[in-house]
Amino acid sequence: MAYSDKVREIYKEQLKDIENAGIFKQERFIHSTQAADIEVEYPAGSSLKKVINMCANNYLGLSSHPEVVKAAHEGLDSRGYGMSSVRFICGTQDIHNELEKKVSEFLGTENTILFPSCMDANAGVFEAILGSEDVMISDRLVHASIIDGIRLCSAERDTFKHSNMEHLEKKLQLHADKRLKVVITDGVFSMDGDCAKLDEMVALCAKYDAMLFVDESHASGFIGKTGRGTHEKYGVLGKIDIITTTFGKALGGASGGCVSGRKELVEICRQKARPYLFSNTIAPVVVSGVLKVLDILSRSTERRDKLEKNTEYWRKGLTEAGFVLKEGDTPIVPVMLFNAKLAQDVSRDLYEEGIYAIGFFFPVVSKGQARIRTQISAGHEIHHLDKALVAFNKVGKKYDILGKTKQAILDRYGQ
Amino acid sequence: MADMKDTILEYVKEEYLEDEDEEIGYNTPLISGGIVDSFSMVSLKKFLETKYSISIPDEKASPEAFDTVNSIVELVNEFLKD
Ligand SMILES: Cc1ncc(COP(=O)(O)O)c(C=O)c1O
Repeated sequence: MAYSDKVREIYKEQLKDIENAGIFKQERFIHSTQAADIEVEYPAGSSLKKVINMCANNYLGLSSHPEVVKAAHEGLDSRGYGMSSVRFICGTQDIHNELEKKVSEFLGTENTILFPSCMDANAGVFEAILGSEDVMISDRLVHASIIDGIRLCSAERDTFKHSNMEHLEKKLQLHADKRLKVVITDGVFSMDGDCAKLDEMVALCAKYDAMLFVDESHASGFIGKTGRGTHEKYGVLGKIDIITTTFGKALGGASGGCVSGRKELVEICRQKARPYLFSNTIAPVVVSGVLKVLDILSRSTERRDKLEKNTEYWRKGLTEAGFVLKEGDTPIVPVMLFNAKLAQDVSRDLYEEGIYAIGFFFPVVSKGQARIRTQISAGHEIHHLDKALVAFNKVGKKYDILGKTKQAILDRYGQ
Repeated sequence: MADMKDTILEYVKEEYLEDEDEEIGYNTPLISGGIVDSFSMVSLKKFLETKYSISIPDEKASPEAFDTVNSIVELVNEFLKD
């Protein structure tokens, strides 16, 4: 047996360090479907508690939508449960092909290729399309999956300060001699909820002959007038060379992702991207669900419009209560607490009040930037938001942070 | 070479710090302290190579060697000599 006591001790030690650092993650078991009202078993073994979910990526409230569930059932009946194959051997059904076409139409791109997840899309795309003569210039706050994708690619790496266009331009000048240049950003940044300035980025990329990559995981389905994404909001539909996005958040919330963009790049991914070649195809039931989601979203903007109204209501309520928020207009609304322990305490007390919202702190966000990240959904009704506001007010009062500035909170609680 | 120290510190501040960040000094841990991430080291290496007309081989450009302004000065001096 190779798993000796010595080996076991090494891992136990590591786990203890994680616990001592106060960053040990514990799962909470949800016994209901994903929705605004959920039933949670936490801590494990305790009786079920009804809470309002304020931290799901279920932006459009489609995760358990009856039409989506019905379409998934039909897909299950007509196309089976699994395919037991990667795409290029015998894992491509007509509906996979149909979904790729529908996603291209929805995002306004030339072509699309599905991946098992957006993590996989991000992990595979750079290595497939770039080589050592090229450069990747990424925003310093891009998602972890993009960072992994960059690591797997032999092209040179550089970064620019978060959303800082002058700095990006300097970097484009610095790397002018490279064969291919790709500028890499999230469309909506998942921790802060701010948007990349895609209009300015498109212009800079055109000026310096660089391609533009945008991860739209927290934007597809609801950002922009008809929910196409951050590129719609900034009036640059059709001008993004590479979009990646997930079906695991607003677009039904099951799983799966894609690379969508210039047709040659998509075709190269089909030939070379390793998570596409060496991981199983998306299950037919999920493909059928996402097809229905795109159908619902193309029919009407009702859900994203409701999400926008809910978001305004929530931001206004928290601001009037006297919380410090990250500014913005997306449904990601971070309530800033700055101190890691305070964020954990507030989250625990909110849970007591029936509100499920999670604290984020270093290393997920920078030191001194701890927060509760709230996420609004079209599945929320005003009464959910009102109840959550009452709870936030009560807990905010308890810790005496209402109406206090960042400095005042830091003075009292430290970093 | 107090001059070189200040030049490098100035560059690091300009390139890596955001407005709200605190001040840093010659011995502030840059990489282990999370101020400079491994992807962003590239531009620092490029800057040193251009500024001092040297070439730093990749294996010498380790996170340890780049961790403080003082250690960077040491590294640059090593290449200036030959
Ligand atoms: C910006 C961003 N990109 C990619 C992903 C990964 O998506 P998926 O769950 O499809 O792997 C996430 C999800 O956490 C994300 O927030």
